[in-house]
This record gives sequence, structure tokens and C-alpha cells, in this order.
Amino acid sequence: MKARDDTLFPARLDDIGFVAEGRQLLSGITTRIGRVPITVLLGPNGAGKTLLMRICRGLLIPTRGSVSWGNADIGRLGVRVGYVPQHPVMLRRSVEANVTYALALAGVPRQRRSEAARSALAAVRLEGFARTGARRLSGGERQRLAIARAWSQRPAALLMDEPASHLDPAATTSIEESIEAVRDAGTRIILCTHDLNQARRLADEVVFMHHGRILEQASGSVFFDRPQSEEARRFVAGELLV
Amino acid sequence: MSEFTRAFEQAGNLLIALDPDIFGIVALSLQVSLTAVIIATLIALPLGATLALTRFPGRGIPITILNAFMGLPPVVVGLAVYLLLSRAGPLGEFGLLFTPGAMITAQAILVLPLIAALTRQTIEDLATEYREDLASLGANRARMLPTLLWEGRFSLTTGVLAGFGRAIAEVGAVFIVGGNIDGVTRVMTTAITLETSKGNLGMALGLGIILIGLTIGINAIAMAVSRFGRLRYGA
Repeated sequence: MKARDDTLFPARLDDIGFVAEGRQLLSGITTRIGRVPITVLLGPNGAGKTLLMRICRGLLIPTRGSVSWGNADIGRLGVRVGYVPQHPVMLRRSVEANVTYALALAGVPRQRRSEAARSALAAVRLEGFARTGARRLSGGERQRLAIARAWSQRPAALLMDEPASHLDPAATTSIEESIEAVRDAGTRIILCTHDLNQARRLADEVVFMHHGRILEQASGSVFFDRPQSEEARRFVAGELLV
Repeated sequence: MSEFTRAFEQAGNLLIALDPDIFGIVALSLQVSLTAVIIATLIALPLGATLALTRFPGRGIPITILNAFMGLPPVVVGLAVYLLLSRAGPLGEFGLLFTPGAMITAQAILVLPLIAALTRQTIEDLATEYREDLASLGANRARMLPTLLWEGRFSLTTGVLAGFGRAIAEVGAVFIVGGNIDGVTRVMTTAITLETSKGNLGMALGLGIILIGLTIGINAIAMAVSRFGRLRYGA
């Protein structure tokens, strides 16, 4: 299994813009992310967080600007930067087979896949579901499996899109414990959420987005104690931003 | 009405007596159609999946042709294969005309577009759902192809079954290229046609019952396997 690749950090986003059907969805996004263990892209729905995540993973090409992870070609990130979408699609096979599939793509030899899969499942506390059909899991369990599947490839960074949206507190706690396990194993996490409390619990750094722009970027404690922009102040105060 | 009843009675007697003529015909029918479907499936699955996953100028043309060929008239396929395999034809030297090999060729050509078109649609729908997840796990297009074929296995089973149904039920193509030779190329559909024309309705009806029974039986087994898979791994 590959060791963590620190040469990818920080990821550089230079003047990212994205237009779809005549609408400017992202504009002027220039920043550095991935310098700390957990970076949270925070903002209300429609802020452009998911779009930015997909661009960062190379799944979408921005209309303008560029993303670079160290010297890596964004189109050839391979398994070095993982991605867990908001609604991950599970393969129609067992929980363990979903992970061994990812391991095969990462080039892990066949004889080591089963053990590596069990280890990844144990990290998200799904070891008891190894033989269960992946599509039979609950929403929270699916998210944890998606995390295990992506993390089993030992990416240097793992991008997660709203990993606990629409989940109850127990499931959210399990997801956050899984995220912390991944962080503790050395993978840097870039997570987007509109959940202020989740951001408070997890963020080492917050990138606050609204209407397709970054309005503020600061350490978690600074952001929540002294938000600088009017929008961030209102958001932290629990007001509804539209 | 009494003739109809007599035909049923005669068919029942032939089935109960395990008539060797009938079962020889049934065995050949199964051999020809299953072989044709297996060959067609081996070509149609990768062909349909490749069409689903690739984008190139004029892509709509092969898709339109494939869809149109789902309704290929069996007699036209039979005629085309006849011309290919006849002594004067480009493949005449192989001496396949009026052999089960010719019938397998004709049926494979007949069902290939059906299975390929259904595969193309199934894989295209699956790709919409899976593409980003697989790409983010590091799967390139070559790797996605077998993955999506496996993910679509339950739906694709239905396509293959449709192909089998078309193969075993068709009469025009196998009649032209097989010649309906007793003990050599006589299959259920051509035998039913012949026996009906001879007025041997009991034999024709017996074969008809077996044909329908086999079709239902094979579909039932395949659907049971598919259902078990869906229950085991989720829809």
C-alpha cells in the first residue's frame, strides 16, 4: 500500500470559474486547500460546494482557471485523491466486494485484497456486514462503506460531499467517527457541508462559500469566533442565507 | 371440435410415451438455439457496451441500425445466410448449408442486434448512474466496460432471454438454411410447419406444447436466478 503523498499539498485553485446554461455558478475562486488535516467547505445549499469538489477531483473541467495538486496532472490523479459523493453508488455485490473492487483498481495484489478490505471496513465499523449486499445497507452504512471503499485505496486526500446530509444523529456520529479514523490514518480530508455544527466539530480550516464565491477562509476557531464577512456572521448566527 | 380434442389427445400420448422422434427434434432445437444465443451474446455484450460508453461522430448511425435490426425478418436473414453459404457464395467452400452450423449462424445473426441494442441501452443508463463513482475510484473506460456489464447482469439476462425466445421460435431462417432434413436439421418450428401441412396435428401440437413449455421453463429459471441475485445484492 502506498504511503501518504505529501507532494500534492496544498492543492492550488487559481481563478476557477464555471458557467452552465448561461449561469455563472462559480467565479473567481483562488485559494489553497489541504494544508491541514480537515478542511471544510462550508456554505448554504447552492453555494457551489459540490461543483467545486467535482472540479477539484477532475470530474468536471472548469470554464476558466485551473486546479493543481502539486505537480500531478489533474486528469491523471488516479487513486491519489479519493472522492465520496453525496449519494454514492454501491456496486451490486457484497460490502467486501465493493472494497476489493476499489483495491483492484488501486493495483493491490489479489491475495492481499481481502485482508485490506477487512481492515478498511473495520475502520468504519462495518466489518460485521462484509457478506451483506451493499445495496441492502442503510443510508448511513452506505456512506461509511463509500468512505471505506475510497479510503482503502490509501489516497493522500479524500474529498467528501455532504457525507452526513439527511442522516439521524446516531448515523452522523458514526460517519464522523469514520472521518476521524481516516484523518488519524494520515489522509487529508476536504469535506463540504452546509451543517454548521458538523463544521464546528470537524474543521481545522473553514472555507466559507456563498453564491459561487469564497467569502472567507480561516482556521476553524477563528472562523467561528470572529467571522469577517456579513454573510458568514449571519450564517454562524444561524440565520438563513439565500 | 372433435378434431381439436383428438389432436390434444394424440399430443398427450406422444409426450407421455417420450416419443424419440419428438425428443430428437427438441434436442436439436435446443442445441441450435442455445449455441446461437451464446455466440451472439459473446459478441453483442461487448459491442453494445462499447457503443454505450464511447462517443464519436456519427454514433447515432450504428445505434439506429442496431435498433432497426432488432426486427430483422427471419426469412431475409435466412436468404442472406443462404447466399453466403451456398456453393457459389463466398463461404460456400465450408459446406455448411443444410447443416446445424448454418442454422446456428442464421439464428446468431438474427438475435445479435436484439441483444446488442438492449445491452447498449442498459449500459448507457447504468453509466449515467455509475460513471463519476467509478472514475473517482480510478476506473478508466476499459475498466468500466466489464464492471457495468456485471452490474447490469440482471437486466441483461432479460435481453439474452429475449434473444433466446426469438431464436427458438423463429422458423423462416432455419427453414431456408437448414432445409428441414429429418434427423439432421429438423427443429421444432420447422417440424410443426411440416406436420401441420401433412395434417398430423397431434405431432404438431405436441411439439408446440413442448416449445411453449421450454420457453416458459427457461425464462422461469433465468428469472428465478435474477430474482435471487436482486434479493441478495439489492436492486
